[in-house]
Amino acid sequence: MSWTRKLLRVDLAKGTCTSEPLNMEWAALYLGQRGLASKYLSEEVDPTCDPLGAENKLIMATGPLTGTMASTGGRYSVITKGPLTGAIACSNSGGFFGAELKFAGWDMIIFEGKSDKPVYLLIQDDHAELRDASHMWGKTAWETDDIIHATHQDPQMRVACIGRTAENGCLYAAVMNDKHRAAGRSGVGTVMASKHIKAVAVRGTQGIGNVDDAGAFMQATNDGKEVLAENAVTGQGLPAYGTQVLMNVINGIGGLPARNMRDVGFEGAENISAEAMAEPRKSDGKPNLTTNGACFGCTIACGRISTVDPTHFSVKDKPQYQGASGGLEYEAAWALGADTGVDDLDALTYVNFLCNEDGMDPISFGATVAAAMELFEDGVITTEHTGGVELTFGNAEAFVAITEQMCQGGAFADDLGLGSKRLTEKYGKPDLSMSVKGQEFPAYDPRGIQGIGLNYATSNRGACHLRGYTIASEVLGIPVKTEMNDTDGKPELVKAFQDATALVDSAGLCIFTTFAWGMDNIAPQIDAACEGDWSVENCLEAGERIWNMERLFNEAAGFTADDDKLPKRLLKEAIKDGPTKGQVNRLGEMLPKYYEIRGWTPDGKVTDETRQRLSL
Amino acid sequence: MNVNIELYASLMKYLPPGKHRFRREIRVDDGITLNQLIRQYHISDAEAHLVLVNGHFVNCGEPRDQRVLVEGDTVSIWPPVAGG
Repeated sequence: MSWTRKLLRVDLAKGTCTSEPLNMEWAALYLGQRGLASKYLSEEVDPTCDPLGAENKLIMATGPLTGTMASTGGRYSVITKGPLTGAIACSNSGGFFGAELKFAGWDMIIFEGKSDKPVYLLIQDDHAELRDASHMWGKTAWETDDIIHATHQDPQMRVACIGRTAENGCLYAAVMNDKHRAAGRSGVGTVMASKHIKAVAVRGTQGIGNVDDAGAFMQATNDGKEVLAENAVTGQGLPAYGTQVLMNVINGIGGLPARNMRDVGFEGAENISAEAMAEPRKSDGKPNLTTNGACFGCTIACGRISTVDPTHFSVKDKPQYQGASGGLEYEAAWALGADTGVDDLDALTYVNFLCNEDGMDPISFGATVAAAMELFEDGVITTEHTGGVELTFGNAEAFVAITEQMCQGGAFADDLGLGSKRLTEKYGKPDLSMSVKGQEFPAYDPRGIQGIGLNYATSNRGACHLRGYTIASEVLGIPVKTEMNDTDGKPELVKAFQDATALVDSAGLCIFTTFAWGMDNIAPQIDAACEGDWSVENCLEAGERIWNMERLFNEAAGFTADDDKLPKRLLKEAIKDGPTKGQVNRLGEMLPKYYEIRGWTPDGKVTDETRQRLSL
Repeated sequence: MNVNIELYASLMKYLPPGKHRFRREIRVDDGITLNQLIRQYHISDAEAHLVLVNGHFVNCGEPRDQRVLVEGDTVSIWPPVAGG
């Protein structure tokens, strides 16, 4: 095993921390992290509950490979009922926090109830206690991390915490760990704030013990590392250029949405691309990109560490933002950049720093600002709403000003914190929200790329590329190239990606390994680490089981096939120019087949037969 | 005739002097095929992973041998890349 076989249950109302055995029968079916924690959530939380009420629970969970020598084995996830969507939420993060939690001897933490005052959870190996965090409430995530480190004087301590946007009720607030890594999507940080948990600080010294077959595990993980090193994407492309290399690719093929998805194709894309990040700038001769970075145990190191031009308007009077920090990554660069029409690389880098510092999802934030910009240009929102800011597409100064407002709180920050669905409903223009189940799209336009549209529509946590990254096949030719505008075969492609991803997210591994690894590389690592039979077939079945369990949670929460849809703009408004001119997403051609191969009814309900087949 | 060539990421090193960022207008013989152009720049098939002409994919092998370029075409080439 590489489960620790115990979880920490924290009762916030009583202020107690209790160790209890991990349910190993469930672990045999759901593995860990996303799958196992979603099982606990499904069993313990009423799916119809108020996501921000005391009855919701918040789970931080590792996988069995978290903290091990497996490459990228540093992941953890935050699982809860999400306030942005009302659906099951599971946000995955790297950094070092997850491995540290495992080293302290815990597979997961379940927070229940609500504290009547701000607290932080301190974990030092077997010892866990809640401490007063009143002095941290109102602080940014970065300040909170610094206060905890100053208090405990342990540089090895790892911190996951929330910033001010979560406290202010922003519905897409993130849980930040190690300052620059985020469990970013669906508002898991907002749930943490609703329970008055400011931070979790953890220090572990126990390492990982009891790997089921240590010899086989060393062999399997070494084989896996060799594959990653020799693969052109994971061995060369990602470390050198990061995810941002996609900016010009996706723009080039006619798949980059711009200005709240009103347009496809962004004329400023190359100015905010990986290639632009590597160019020396005029002021000091240095590039925006300072270096790459890796999370715990990772042999890819795709992370970007960047600096803003110190003479740039956004930071010239703010020396605290002139040092190197995390970002830009592709999805953030798209949402903050192309979707708002801003092509000022330094402005976007600074805004991304603020998203990290105050803990908010840059995808939902950028896309919500983009919706607000369209409302502003349509005259629905005015400078009276925005505090005098001319919130037009492409206005970098306005974007910086509105982001600073967002972090500090205030009337328009409250509006933006609603997310695009509630914002556009409030102002009477619901069709301007580019979202599914209330969560905003990432950086690929489903009019030009059919399969990703089906994935967005059926994603259990709302629009999300990381639930089934068919872009790998439809655009990047990994593992094989499929035609972007074909709908034939896409239901099968989407299902395969969704199920495999659910398994990887439950193991403690990073999804980026799958640019090089197939399940035949992953399953042997899990099988060697864990007791039980984790063959390729069983791994894929576990992934399918997890997907269906999430679907059942959402069904019980009130979601129906009517929620598996895309905004009208993507179904009706054809792309105006470029290589994908004339296209819309043809979701209706794919959805019935998708339901059929999932073993669901024609109206998208999980059948009894499918439940039985998957032991649900 | 003139065509535009765009070499991205690690392929930028193959661009001749006078490039703007990752692109350059170049003069080529009339009737040149896509694969002939790729070979002129010493780019291997493995490196020429994603190849677009005017934003449309042209798959490896025969399609690139058969694709004859015309005045004003834009050829964009990436090595294997990914992200997300």
